[in-house]
Amino acid sequence: MNLETEFVGGTLRLRFDGELDHHAAKKAVATIEEYIDAFLPRRCVMDFSGVTFMDSSGIAVLIKTRKRMGELDGTLGVENIRKQPMRVLRAAGVDRIVPIAAPAAKEA
Amino acid sequence: MDEINSVKIEFLSRSRNESFARTAVACFAAQLDPTLDELGDIKTAVSEAVTNCIVHAYPDSLGRISVKARLFGDSSLEIAVRDWGRGIEDIGAARAPMFTTGGDERSGMGFSIMESFMDKLRVRSKPGRGTTVTMTRRIASRADAR
Repeated sequence: MNLETEFVGGTLRLRFDGELDHHAAKKAVATIEEYIDAFLPRRCVMDFSGVTFMDSSGIAVLIKTRKRMGELDGTLGVENIRKQPMRVLRAAGVDRIVPIAAPAAKEA
Repeated sequence: MDEINSVKIEFLSRSRNESFARTAVACFAAQLDPTLDELGDIKTAVSEAVTNCIVHAYPDSLGRISVKARLFGDSSLEIAVRDWGRGIEDIGAARAPMFTTGGDERSGMGFSIMESFMDKLRVRSKPGRGTTVTMTRRIASRADAR
């Protein structure tokens, strides 16, 4: 799992690549917290275009990031999510509490 | 129902084996010619069950996890994920959505996702002795779907 970041105009963009399971989530949570604490963004966008697999560990990452952004009076959004991670978020009802933009146009 | 094929794998409760376990079961299930969605559902359910063993059965130690997959004549797949760890005191509570003893690193949605992605889910556990999660999913024949 790789994580690329970009901070422009108050928005922190986090682009994930790979499989977001419990093994990867442990590192992802620590890295996301570090970036949020460093930039104190008004908005955080998680770009899931490179996430080829996700289980409920990814839900915990989203919920934790949403909580941290809430503490900063900021917002969180998810973009470019593929079909399998979307099925997981829907099954857990996470799509009702975190805004999710249209799915990635192309599946690898 | 006749068993057509079966496979059993055993590995240590290291988190890097989560990916190995779900990929191995998906490769085995490929014999049923599942759709990508069906394969994704199976991988997700296996990942949840194996993660539960790693996080909850063996919280402070390494232990054995076995995954047994069986294919039946009606195109159904049964997956049994077993550990010999701590066990579950209250299975009803553990299966409830949002319940977790794993802190804020866990969402408490593992069992809910297994239930929604598989047709049947059975949990047997004895505190101090271990847990077996058995899941079944019937793979729709693509010929039927046409």
